[in-house]
Amino acid sequence: MLLNAFLLALREIRRNIMRSSLTSLGIIIGVAAVITMVTLGSGATEKVKTQIGSLGSNLLQIRPGQGFHGPGGIREAATPFDVKDANAIKREILGIEAVAPTAEAATQAIYGNRNWSTMVTGSTNGFMEVRDWPVEKGRQFRDGELRGGTAVCILGSTVSRELFGDDEPLGEIVRLKKLAFRVIGVFRAKGQSTFGRDQDDFILIPLRTFQRRIAGNTDVTSLYVSVRDGYSINRAKQDMERLMRERRHISEGKEEDFHVRDMREIANVLSGTTKVLTSLLGAVAAVSLLVGGIGIMNIMLVSVTERTREIGTRLAIGALEREVLLQFLVEAVVLSSLGGVIGIILALGMSAWLAGILLVPFVFNPDIVVLAFAFSVAVGITFGYFPARKAARLDPIEALRHE
Amino acid sequence: MELKAVSKVYGTGRASMQALRGIDLRIGDSDFIAVMGASGSGKSTCLNILGCLDTPTSGAYLFKGVDVGALNRNKRALLRRYFLGFVFQGYNLLDRTSALENVELPLIYRGLHARKRREKARAALAAVGLNEWEGHTPAELSGGQQQRVAIARAIVADPAVLLADEPTGNLDTARSLEIMDLLSRLNRERGITIVMVTHEQDMAEFAKSRVRFRDGLIADPEPEGAK
Repeated sequence: MLLNAFLLALREIRRNIMRSSLTSLGIIIGVAAVITMVTLGSGATEKVKTQIGSLGSNLLQIRPGQGFHGPGGIREAATPFDVKDANAIKREILGIEAVAPTAEAATQAIYGNRNWSTMVTGSTNGFMEVRDWPVEKGRQFRDGELRGGTAVCILGSTVSRELFGDDEPLGEIVRLKKLAFRVIGVFRAKGQSTFGRDQDDFILIPLRTFQRRIAGNTDVTSLYVSVRDGYSINRAKQDMERLMRERRHISEGKEEDFHVRDMREIANVLSGTTKVLTSLLGAVAAVSLLVGGIGIMNIMLVSVTERTREIGTRLAIGALEREVLLQFLVEAVVLSSLGGVIGIILALGMSAWLAGILLVPFVFNPDIVVLAFAFSVAVGITFGYFPARKAARLDPIEALRHE
Repeated sequence: MELKAVSKVYGTGRASMQALRGIDLRIGDSDFIAVMGASGSGKSTCLNILGCLDTPTSGAYLFKGVDVGALNRNKRALLRRYFLGFVFQGYNLLDRTSALENVELPLIYRGLHARKRREKARAALAAVGLNEWEGHTPAELSGGQQQRVAIARAIVADPAVLLADEPTGNLDTARSLEIMDLLSRLNRERGITIVMVTHEQDMAEFAKSRVRFRDGLIADPEPEGAK
C-alpha cells in the first residue's frame, strides 16, 4: 500500500512538474540556508581555533592579578614579577622550552619628521622563541646588549612601514621617549590577531633597557612560557602555579594573586562565541525552513481543491480514505525531502564557494546534513497531513460534482 | 441488486429535500437498464445509491444480498473497487496522464503488479478500440475517445456492474451512438450489468428496459418489449 501511494505520488509530481518544483523551492532554500550557515559557522570556529593556535598552542602566559573573573576581578594591585621569576621557571620546571619576561608601555616612536604611537615591549630573545616569531631582516639582540641595556630595537612590520615606508630601517635611529634607539631588525609580519588588533604594531627593545630607560623600575608585567613538545601543558601550568605560590609566599588556601593563562582557554572562549553565533544564524535559517513547510501546506491545499474531481474519481473507483490520505501525504513528503536533497547539494556547493571568498575553511558537517534532511521530511509530514486529511474526507458525490 | 422502499432526504428540518420517496427496484444480473427522468426527479440520487456512493435514509439496498446501508465508508469503497465500474458524463480522466495510465488506475488500487496491470489495461483499451492511442493524454483525444478511455477504465477490473451517468451527455449523435454500441456489446458479450442514467430517449432505446423517475418516484415502468 505504501508502495502504491509512493507510485501514485511520483506520477502526480511528474504530472505537475512546474508546481512541484516551486513548492520544493521553499524547502530547498530553507535547507540550503541552514546548512550553509552552520557550515560557514563551523568554518569560522575552526579558523578562530587555528589563529589562536598560531599564537602558540604550547604557550602559557603568567600575569599578576586574577584571571578572567569579570568586573571586580582585581581586588588589589598585585606585586609584579621580576626577571628572577623567569629564571626560576626556566630552571625549576621540567619541559620548559623558553621563557620570555616582558614589560610593555605605550609610547611615541619618532623618526625624522614622522611619528607613530605604538607599544614598546621590553623582553629577551626568548620572546622570538616563545611567540615563534622570527626576525625577518637584521638580527636578534646580542647578549651584551641584553645585559648592558643598550639602546637597540627591533621593529614590528607595521611600525617599520609607518616610519620608514620603503626606506631601509636597519642602522637608523628611532627616538622613543627622547632616547635614541638603533634599529637592528624588523619582525616578520604576523597580521591581525583574533581580537582584531594589529600584532605587528610594536617595538621590541631589551628588557633591561626598558626597565632602566623607559619604566624606571625592575617590574616584569608578564611572563610568556613555551612548553616543549611532548610535555603536558597542564602539568607545566600546575608546576608553575605551585612554584609561583611558593615564590610569592601565598599560604595554602589563599587565592593566588597571579594567573596562568593557557592560550587554549582563550581559544575555547572565542570558539564558544562563534558557536553561539552559528546556532543563532542556524535558528534564523530554520525559520525559513518552517516558512517553506507552510508553503508546502499552502500548495497542497490548493492542489486538493484543484483536484477535487480527481479525488472524487479515485474514491468512486474504490480508493480507501487512508489510501487517498497516504497518497497526498507521501506527495508532500516526497516534495519536501526532494527539496531537502537538492537543498543539501546546493548548500554544499554554496558553502564551499563562500568559504573560499570569506577565507574560512570548509568544514563538512554530516550531522547537520542528516538533521536538515530529517527536518525537511518532518516538515513534509507535518504540513502535508492537514491537506491530505482534507482530501481523504471529501464526499465522493460532492467531489465528482465539483467544477 | 435490489432497492426496497428506498427513500433519501437531503438536509434537515424545513430546508430538507426529499429526493427519493420509497423506491422499489430490482435489477437482475446482465441487465441493461436505462434510468430516465427530468433533472431533480431523483435519478442521480438513485444511481449514487446503486453505486454505493450514498446510503438510503430509509429502506434497504441489497447488493448481492448485502445491506449496503449498514456498511461503513471504507467497506463501501471496497465494494466499489471489486464489483463496480463508473462512467461519468464529464469522463473524469486524469489530466496529463496517458490513456494507458488512466485505465491502469483501478488496478493500482487493486494492488496488481505492474506487468499484469499493463497487460489488462492494454486489453481493456483494445476492447474499446483504442489500443493505438494508449500513449495519448486526454487533451489529445476527442470527446468520444475520452469517454471510451473512461469505459475502458470502468471495465478493466472486470466489474459485475457498470454505472453510467449520462455517458453521452457531452457528445454528438454519431459519437453517442458509438458509445451506446460499445455499452450494449459489453452487456451482451461480457454479461456486465449496466445501469445508465440518461434523458435522451434515443439512447435509452439501447437498453433492455427503462424506468422513468418523476418527483422521487418511479412513474411508469415501460411495458417490456416496447423496444
